[in-house]
Amino acid sequence: MYAFTYHRASGLRQAGNMLAKLDDPKLLAGGQTLLPTMKQRLASPANIIDLNQIEGMSGIELKGRSLTIGAMTRHYEVASSPVVQEAIPALAYLAGLIGDPAVRHRGTIGGSIANNDPNADYPAACLGLGATIITSKRRIAADDFFLGLFETALEPDEIITKVSFPVPKKAGYYKFRNQASRFALVGVFVSKRSSEIRVAVTGAGGNGVFRVTAFEEALKKRFSAKSLDGLTVPADNLASDIHGSAEYRAHLIGVCAKRALDAADK
Amino acid sequence: MSATGIGAAVRRKEDFRFITGKGQYTDDISRPGQTSIYFLRSPHAHARIGKIDTAAAAAMPGVVAVLTGAEFAESKLGSLICGWTVLSKDGSPMKMAPHPALAHGKANHVGDGVAVVIAETLAQAKDAAERIVVDYEVLPAVVDPMKAAARGAPQIHDVAPDNTIYNWHIGDPEATAAAFRNASHVTTLEFVNNRLVPNPMEPRAALAEYDPGTESFTLWNTTQNPHVARLVISAFVGMAPEHKLRVIAPDVGGGFGSKIFIYPEEVVCLWAARKVGRPVKWTADRSEAFLTDAHGRDHVTKAQLALDREGRITGLKVHTTANLGAYMSTFSSAVPTFLYAPLLSGQYAIPHIYCEVDAVYTNTVPVDAYRGAGRPEAAYVVERLVEVAARELNMEPATLRKKNFVRTFPYQTSVASLYDTGDFEASLNKAMKIHDVEGFGRRKREAERRGRLRGLGFSAYIEACGVAPSSLVGQLGAGVGLWESAEIRVNPTGTVELLTGTHQHGQGHETTFAQVVSERLGIPIENVTVVHGDTDKVQFGMGTYGSRSGAVGLSAVVKALDKVENKAKKIAAHLLEAAEGDIVFRDGKFSVTGTDKSVAFADLALQAYVAHKFPTAEIEPGLKEGAFYDPTNFTFPAGCHICEVEIDPATGETQIVAWTAVDDFGTVINPMIVEGQVHGGVAQGVGQALYEHTVYDDRGQLMTGSYMDYAMPRAENLPSLKVDTTVTKCPGNPLGIKGCGEAGAIAAPAAVMNAITDAIGTEKIEMPATPQSVWAAIQSVNNNRRAAE
Amino acid sequence: MPTVSMTVNGKQVKADIDPRTLLVQFLRENLRLTGTHVGCDTSQCGACVVHVNGKAIKSCTALALGMDGAEVTTIEGLASGSQLHPMQEAFRENHGLQCGFCTPGMIMTAVDIVRRKGHDLEEKLIREELEGNICRCTGYHNIVKAIGAGAKAMAKEGSTQQAAE
Repeated sequence: MYAFTYHRASGLRQAGNMLAKLDDPKLLAGGQTLLPTMKQRLASPANIIDLNQIEGMSGIELKGRSLTIGAMTRHYEVASSPVVQEAIPALAYLAGLIGDPAVRHRGTIGGSIANNDPNADYPAACLGLGATIITSKRRIAADDFFLGLFETALEPDEIITKVSFPVPKKAGYYKFRNQASRFALVGVFVSKRSSEIRVAVTGAGGNGVFRVTAFEEALKKRFSAKSLDGLTVPADNLASDIHGSAEYRAHLIGVCAKRALDAADK
Repeated sequence: MSATGIGAAVRRKEDFRFITGKGQYTDDISRPGQTSIYFLRSPHAHARIGKIDTAAAAAMPGVVAVLTGAEFAESKLGSLICGWTVLSKDGSPMKMAPHPALAHGKANHVGDGVAVVIAETLAQAKDAAERIVVDYEVLPAVVDPMKAAARGAPQIHDVAPDNTIYNWHIGDPEATAAAFRNASHVTTLEFVNNRLVPNPMEPRAALAEYDPGTESFTLWNTTQNPHVARLVISAFVGMAPEHKLRVIAPDVGGGFGSKIFIYPEEVVCLWAARKVGRPVKWTADRSEAFLTDAHGRDHVTKAQLALDREGRITGLKVHTTANLGAYMSTFSSAVPTFLYAPLLSGQYAIPHIYCEVDAVYTNTVPVDAYRGAGRPEAAYVVERLVEVAARELNMEPATLRKKNFVRTFPYQTSVASLYDTGDFEASLNKAMKIHDVEGFGRRKREAERRGRLRGLGFSAYIEACGVAPSSLVGQLGAGVGLWESAEIRVNPTGTVELLTGTHQHGQGHETTFAQVVSERLGIPIENVTVVHGDTDKVQFGMGTYGSRSGAVGLSAVVKALDKVENKAKKIAAHLLEAAEGDIVFRDGKFSVTGTDKSVAFADLALQAYVAHKFPTAEIEPGLKEGAFYDPTNFTFPAGCHICEVEIDPATGETQIVAWTAVDDFGTVINPMIVEGQVHGGVAQGVGQALYEHTVYDDRGQLMTGSYMDYAMPRAENLPSLKVDTTVTKCPGNPLGIKGCGEAGAIAAPAAVMNAITDAIGTEKIEMPATPQSVWAAIQSVNNNRRAAE
Repeated sequence: MPTVSMTVNGKQVKADIDPRTLLVQFLRENLRLTGTHVGCDTSQCGACVVHVNGKAIKSCTALALGMDGAEVTTIEGLASGSQLHPMQEAFRENHGLQCGFCTPGMIMTAVDIVRRKGHDLEEKLIREELEGNICRCTGYHNIVKAIGAGAKAMAKEGSTQQAAE
């Protein structure tokens, strides 16, 4: 790693001030993405602001039909929470698929979505459920939050504090893993609320997580895998690399969407 | 069989330190005053190296020295070498290019070391290395072995026109051609044996220290063969006379061949340690390992099998292009020649075989032996051809094999190998029974109802192990003999040290070797310590690889034990006042036949050292004997593996649902350890067949340079295995051992690919059979089917 | 240089360190606890797994400064004096290791699996839970056996082991 100065934030406001005032700062949440990147010398923040000691930034709360998760909540907490398992089981299931058990003990939802890795799982859940990202400054709808590869709507001194998920009627997630990284080669999150149907795809997009409006339309009649028979996603604009061609990813989107729908039924 | 003797599943003595975190791996060791070294490596696959500006780097905090390839060249130290001379068809020797420990003038692969920074800490060394400015003139690169020898390809080494190292062959071209002309059926396959990165979990490391008082070096190194490292570094590199260089291999965390070779890093560490007057320590990080550890395999092959009307194999023709990378690594020349082609007869009586191998340089990491080293490549050729031939002839795969098995031993193959013993049909039958091959049809139909494709694949492999008979390999061009050494030191109190020139890196010698000694001398296994890995302590030995430690290493131990027993009997005769011929040694006691006079081993040992009671002019005091054992032939472990897969046609994902291995390893010292070797070997073979893809782009950049892109098999990717054995003892060595370390890696790839191709109905699929490639193959089968309708 | 203090294997430790120091480097280099290993640089291989505040984490992906005030247990702290932890015993009994390099991380992960999933572990579950641990020697067959056996043995040990942990 390059040399840096380490700061331990004791409160959210202090963290915000540091972020605004320090030179070339970076927030440290679970560190499961930032630290490997720094170890490879691909990132060189001059100042690290550690959020791990701030009280009140983690926690899971169900209020009415809204499930709110603190930004510093670890993946294993979401995966094993009876509240999440009851309200949005697909979300608990997704969190339990991130990385591996040791990574899940440290990785956080805030860190994951702030990073917006095109192969990460949480962006698919946020877009696939129509979540609201609550920051130190405002509330941002998921549809407006994920802007591109590793790019979000967050301003430089803005800190995610919570993510709020509307509780759906049905939801499901299916992840087809990259055999090497174990990230999503393609992951599809589907949900149905009374008014809204969402199909969100991670891993395949050339510009990050995206919704498949054609699938969402077809599912309006019936929220089941059969509704997608014969429908395909075009391969242009999809990612292509040594792990999967755009054509293969396009095909997998259809397969994963159907399997997510089957899971939503269980 | 005793509870701790030959054949017993003794729990390992070495485990205590490993399970408590008290192992001593090279990176665990620190020396007073130690510095850290960081290698600056070429980011280009092929480039001329111009000026290197080190001034800014040298001024950075903590920096002790900055050294470049130019300075290494000035040192007049020698090149790294390939120690096995292979001749081309025209009799000319292989074109071995110079391989300096630090590149000078030209960098030939991404990762080629160009300069080093020695600093107080590794972080400081890395910081400083970023300040080194290297003037590169980038040259076009060639990475594809099929393009390397073609007209217009970039030339990598002056000594090798057309990047060709050798054009080698073995067998009878005319007789083979005639067999093909007369064949009733010919099966043809073209395929790649995919390049692999060995990836032992412990990265390579070297810690070098120079003592100016004695003008001698100590090198701690992750090596499978400390004495060979010492010999090459002293005699060929010229770092120091052999007796002034001590090489210690402490605990070594896996090797699989990649830690056999002598690499630039340990040479540079030694050189730097003398220059800066402080110990110098290097540990690879994983990305660095991908760019510097010798890779494995990387063959492009066209192979054809000729059969007669009855399904008997009459000929085999093979052409292979072998990619050896940017430099010839220590054993590289032998892997696609003498460790490959002599196994092309497989388990079958094939009267006529002809094999040609062209080895080329490319701008990639050097390629050398990796678990199986040439034998997995041969097994893949033979077992894929035989399985496909069976399909083409509408025969059961087992039936075609049985028609062609060698049944009379010894059997002289037409590719030099002389098979000593075996019973191939026994392994095949046992494997089929354990696997329930009969029930496969029912399981396949049940899987179809769930929308899954099931396939079954056989691999009846054979390997040449127990490397190797010295004069034979000498005739074939090896620069060394491949015998092994052992020394048994009996202590006055009756405990024993066994010193062996082999060196475990996971194989459990501290237990298995102790089992042999304990049983023979009739002493508790706790009283036996195995000493290895230190050139100051242990007499010269050739190390551990090629499944040789049992067959060759333990044979040396037995010879030494014979000598100990002989001498002890002489002493016992005096102690028991009897004729030497009347002394019997059994269950740890020397006794006089027909009487109840006896002396226990421990008491005899003490007497040997006290030396009061026997004529020391005739019998020397003490009880310590050494032996060197040179095998008379390779050994030939063989067996049958059966793989059953289930494929999800929607995604192309393959799951191995069952694996059966029945191997003939001859005598087994510790069945628990042997099974573990089979498990691990199969896992690596499965890795090759399904997961591990080493990808270079056409600029020579390694696209799969970390575990994020190079898929290592996880627990979820592998099944539990059914493992069993048949036994035909090896007639060539005293314990009848054939060896077991590589078998799984040799057998597995063909078994997996035979199963997958069975499931999807096409042979046109390469390793690794990733989900995408299986899916694409299924699409093309479906498209062809639709076109035909 | 900033100061870090934490409890490692029951002992209070304190040191001035470069902020870049990873937890694994702190353990190996500052404390000379070399049982925790580094096998990769992408946080995937698991050779570096230790327990922090009772949970398995990858010590190569944690800053030592970030662990200030934490309770850390490494492989060296698992045994109770001369008595091996049942999971350690299970690895030896079942030949769950060959070269031993991945073993400390495997054992620490295994103990964590039992704490989270209980003492009756099915093969499929164990294999899934080993997602973050890579072994190149054993093919996992005996590791899976060892963990199943160790989990059962930990149930027998029960209260005594809880106290030690």
